[in-house]
Amino acid sequence: MTNATSPDTYKRLLEVKGLQTYFKTDAGIVKAVDGISFTLNKGETLGIVGESGSGKSVTNLSIMRLIPSPPGKIVGGEVLFEGKDILKLSESELRHLRGNDISMIFQDPMTSLNPFLRISTQMIETIRLHKTMSRKEALAKSIEMLKLVGIPAAEERIHSYPHQFSGGMRQRVMIAMALSCEAKILIADEPTTALDVTIQAQILELIQELSKKLDTAVILITHDLGVVAGMCDTVCVMYAGKIVEKAKTDDLYAKPSHPYTFGLIQSVPRLDKAHDGKLFSIEGQPPNVIDLPPCCPFHPRCHKAMDICRTKYPPTKDLGNGHEVSCWLFIDEKEHSHE
Amino acid sequence: MSKTTEKRPLLEVVDLKQHFPIESGFIIRRQIGAVRAVDGISFTVNEGETLGIVGESGCGKSTTVRSIAQLYKPTSGSVIFDGIDLVNAPREQMLDARKNIQMIFQDPYASLDPRMTVRTIIAEPLEIYRTRGMLDPSVTKDVIERRVEELMERVGLNKAFKNRYPHEFSGGQRQRIGIARALALNPKIILADEPVSALDVSIQSQILNLLHDLQKELGLTYVFIAHDLAVIEYISTRVAVMYLGKIMELSRSSDLYKNPLHPYTKALLSAAPIPDPVIERKRQRIILTGDVPSPNKERFGCYFYDRCPYKMEKCKTNIPPMKRIDENHEVACWLYE
Repeated sequence: MTNATSPDTYKRLLEVKGLQTYFKTDAGIVKAVDGISFTLNKGETLGIVGESGSGKSVTNLSIMRLIPSPPGKIVGGEVLFEGKDILKLSESELRHLRGNDISMIFQDPMTSLNPFLRISTQMIETIRLHKTMSRKEALAKSIEMLKLVGIPAAEERIHSYPHQFSGGMRQRVMIAMALSCEAKILIADEPTTALDVTIQAQILELIQELSKKLDTAVILITHDLGVVAGMCDTVCVMYAGKIVEKAKTDDLYAKPSHPYTFGLIQSVPRLDKAHDGKLFSIEGQPPNVIDLPPCCPFHPRCHKAMDICRTKYPPTKDLGNGHEVSCWLFIDEKEHSHE
Repeated sequence: MSKTTEKRPLLEVVDLKQHFPIESGFIIRRQIGAVRAVDGISFTVNEGETLGIVGESGCGKSTTVRSIAQLYKPTSGSVIFDGIDLVNAPREQMLDARKNIQMIFQDPYASLDPRMTVRTIIAEPLEIYRTRGMLDPSVTKDVIERRVEELMERVGLNKAFKNRYPHEFSGGQRQRIGIARALALNPKIILADEPVSALDVSIQSQILNLLHDLQKELGLTYVFIAHDLAVIEYISTRVAVMYLGKIMELSRSSDLYKNPLHPYTKALLSAAPIPDPVIERKRQRIILTGDVPSPNKERFGCYFYDRCPYKMEKCKTNIPPMKRIDENHEVACWLYE
């Protein structure tokens, strides 16, 4: 989809094409991710924004093939990493890919480290799993990584247990671990949600700086539109398992086209703008993704909903410069009859 | 502060300290230190206004409101509500005054009992005060029943759902249940402890609007805690910035954002991301180094000393007092001496 617009000088690192991940539950089939496509170029930072349940995390777990199966299953699509389809790799090839090529930072630094093991043990284990190194070399490498992420007195602190670190420090350790094998893609799943603003600023700065230094492409999953504005080159907005809008960050904020994106940007109170009276708000609740009808999932909350929105899912329309939107508002009459 | 508005102060907190003991020893417990969660803060909340408290985790925001609600027994200081010192008042009098102080909690999943129906949850404050005989005798079961329905409608819930359980509702709806419960006793002041931080962006604005409307209609006074500066700015009349159990700056909301004085406030404001890529890229960030230090030790200098980019010799050994800069703005920093 983005082929036409992405310049050839960029190397396409990751291509997701029509990815579908469904979960089978007693209540019905949950289409957590339903046919999404995007491209990640080398050195690029891609933001995925959406509310809880919109499928952001499942998208990235699918890329890493970490979907628990059953109940989850990737039922369709392709995830091409440097041209190879990740979905067709064997277990051992996958193990090589995870950590070496794509690594992940999770949301909660409190629960993603093992509380029983020293930081050193956990970091050495990670490094030695992926690289042929002696324990000593791995330890040296770990200390070097901890220094890189700005942990003071790394030589001593590496022998501490996770509980001896603060939240921000633990997240730094997670980043150090994720980057220790020089992965080409770093997936950061809400890396700062559990942290305070001043620490958040530190961590985001760090991710940005390191991704430049090590030439790592970043997929940043977040619900915070402010974080996206500062960090990302391209943004995908997800709603109920689908990408409803995708654009360069500047375009998205300057000209949010999908009513959902518009509402989302409008409903955040802003520090830099005076306000009077009420906030804009999107009425209603996010939909239940179990057995969604094949219409636009946003129509019950949309203030511009038309008849066609209630019956059919809109096709994706390119507004130019890689700005894509899935909304009937942008499809004119002639195309209607085509669809 | 009462000079600035015609309204009278409803709540006055004077030099409130809340220390939690750290104990050691197996059989003979002895105190070896204290977590100084709130370490001497004073402020007033006027009738009808919203005082926002902002700060990072561990700065004592939540402890402050819990001490105000007398959920903890404060170590020292007083909390004067409507002329009654809640800390030292006899229990009956305190309970009677506390009818007017209600809380909304952060986590709508943890703050509602999963085994109670919505009806019982919302009616619980009324039932408790009724069985204690502290409500008007005209409040009967039927009156409570009608009150529950009225409250549900008021916060935007269908009253037909009153026999459902919390798990049948989404996060935003649960927060509405929590708000209805807080309103049940017709309180004068609501202490809202991060009421929107667990919610999604689109739901967050719904709840903020609801709180805004309720304040207008019912003349409520809020003490509103959040770590999100934009939310605080939106909802508050005045804002207190807390750090390590101390108030660093207290100002009218609009002044604080236009003209932050304390180095910590400046850093906090510059760290908050703004959802606009053009502005965001141009912005100069003040990135603080290090983490919030442990609140366990007693401090003799400025509480922000360790992380302050402008620290001076004087700050190390002298605690800066609250200094009034103009009638709506106070700051505790030696830079403004």
